[in-house]
Amino acid sequence: MLASDGHPFVLLLPFVVVAGFWLLSLLDPKPVHRVSFWKRNGTAVSIFLIVAVGLWALFMIVLPQLFMVEMSFRPKLPPTAMGGARDIYTFENYRYFLYGSTRDSSNWNSLHLTAFFTTIFVSVLVTLFNFLFSYPLAFYMAQVATAARVRLLLLLLIAPYWINEVLRAFAFRVMFAGSGVINRALQGLGILSEPFDFLGNNVALYMGLSYAYLLLLVFPLYNAVESLDRRQIEAARDLGAPWWHIHLFIVMPHAKPGIASGCTLVLMLTSGALAAPLVLGGPRTLWFTPIVYDRFYQAFNWPQGSAYAFILLLTCVAFVLLVLRLTKLSLGEMTK
Amino acid sequence: MTADVHLDAMTVRFGPFTAVDRAELRIAPGEFFSFLGPSGCGKTTILRTISGFIDPTEGAVRIGGKDMAGIGANKRPTALIFQNLALFPMMSVADNVGYALRVRGQSRKQRQKRVDELLDLVALGDQGSKMVDELSGGQRQRVAIARALAVEPQVLLLDEPLSALDLKLRQHMRRELRAIQQRVGITFIYITHDQGEALTMSDRIAVMNRGRIEQVGDGRTIYDHPDTDFVASFVGETNALPGRVLEMTGETAVIETELGPLSGVNPRKLMRGSAAKLFIRPEALRPTSGEGLSALVTAVAYEGNLTHVSLLAGATPLAMLLGAGDGFAPPSPGETINLAVTHATILPVSDAGI
Repeated sequence: MLASDGHPFVLLLPFVVVAGFWLLSLLDPKPVHRVSFWKRNGTAVSIFLIVAVGLWALFMIVLPQLFMVEMSFRPKLPPTAMGGARDIYTFENYRYFLYGSTRDSSNWNSLHLTAFFTTIFVSVLVTLFNFLFSYPLAFYMAQVATAARVRLLLLLLIAPYWINEVLRAFAFRVMFAGSGVINRALQGLGILSEPFDFLGNNVALYMGLSYAYLLLLVFPLYNAVESLDRRQIEAARDLGAPWWHIHLFIVMPHAKPGIASGCTLVLMLTSGALAAPLVLGGPRTLWFTPIVYDRFYQAFNWPQGSAYAFILLLTCVAFVLLVLRLTKLSLGEMTK
Repeated sequence: MTADVHLDAMTVRFGPFTAVDRAELRIAPGEFFSFLGPSGCGKTTILRTISGFIDPTEGAVRIGGKDMAGIGANKRPTALIFQNLALFPMMSVADNVGYALRVRGQSRKQRQKRVDELLDLVALGDQGSKMVDELSGGQRQRVAIARALAVEPQVLLLDEPLSALDLKLRQHMRRELRAIQQRVGITFIYITHDQGEALTMSDRIAVMNRGRIEQVGDGRTIYDHPDTDFVASFVGETNALPGRVLEMTGETAVIETELGPLSGVNPRKLMRGSAAKLFIRPEALRPTSGEGLSALVTAVAYEGNLTHVSLLAGATPLAMLLGAGDGFAPPSPGETINLAVTHATILPVSDAGI
């Protein structure tokens, strides 16, 4: 099929999906007493809301993504050949990701595949590490600390994020460099005789990635834990539960939606992070996002870059949906 | 197994505020004991101290003769039922009831039998698989009781657990709680600001005010023979007339009030000239055709078995309660009647009165 024939379908797709969901909602039993969206907001506000949200979602999110997906199925061609006879839909960009060649499938593309799975694996570890770090903090803020202490902690947590993400990454680089603060301190204390290569061994990268999106986990957790009635904790304690049992079976089940939404955010953003890997990655570091970036801007192969980005997105979404299924949580609950 | 609870000169302070002031009390094993008082009197603090969530500043809590200092809430032989019940909403009824057993490492199968037993005890035998929010208020109440009884506590502590229920259900649950207590035979310590609950269920009651225990006794003693003016005015309705003791003769005394000299029992042996209050229960005022206080009837409220009569003697409002079987024709508003006082108590005036 020629790629030029595909565009109308891409444009039509969002409308088909919206219509499909709308038809589905008609099948749902309606609550008896509910003021309709129209009545509650008035005509003018309703129109504004629908148009604003609709346009924003359509032009800023849905269509760019859809065109990217569409592009990923097209070959790399010089501008003159675009729309011509060679511009057909093809899987060659995905084939390249797997085999390192658009035709040959005898060898695996081990460099890109390793980077891809390392990225996913490390992102999961970073998310777990962030959770282990954030949960005690969130619990302390939500259930233990006084109001004044919470305000102070929030300020301390937020203030570093006023600094730009790239600058923060460079600050980490300065800290972890061979002659950086940390190496000099460790040498001064006599713990190290030679400076340790934090950058080359990815320590700085993992620290930077963990720190970059920490707040996005602390806040959903804090909200979720805070809504737990403290007397439930006391009741469990009164019934003989040790502290770990209370956390595992009372607090965490209650905070499950917050845990899920926070961890999803951190996982998605970590696996897609660009600044930290570019600035903090060592010469031997394999991270997937710089590869995607290179497809676009070094190889000038936009279709291939699109395919790579789409693969990463799809894998993360699938992983999140799988975890949600395993923890018996629905997407709707997460947004609570 | 049941145990006695001994509050040994127990004081609890929060900063400069004294929530419980030298409480000294022995609660017998198997007793249904109530703490009665207005909100903020320290009764909940006492309960939380017994259960181990608060440490006494001075003195000690002894359960079964053992000092509880240093023993956490999860290690004490007590179970607490919270005012809002604090059931676990993400668990089924059976899992709520079995939670304490699960904490002790029992598998679902092992705890099944005990959970069924407990659900039967509180008449919820077939509700185990429901979620907590599918139950009615009274049923939730019973789940909380079953959950607390699961580990066979020696003392059950109840923090106003009936306050969220409607009147009919509350009265029903009073009888049910009492019946459950007699069935399991353990010590119940009950906190309430509702004198009706305290009087109907308890073996003994401690009336509290501003962190102090004002009087301990069975319901009848508290009602008929109050020790302090606070107890007299907090427990039941009463007419209080301030005055000064004119003379004392044996068990009784005469006090000069704004309605003239009136006599009453004098349990505190007040001397002549001391400031005092005379307390007359509404049911101790009776219409009489002979000599008595003259009062104007301002309002009559008929309640079927009872009639509330509001009166004005001079400038002093009085309340009178006539039972349907007392044989008095209820007066009508605007009438002036004479009143006889059948029983009155003279107590010293304290600054702690309400």
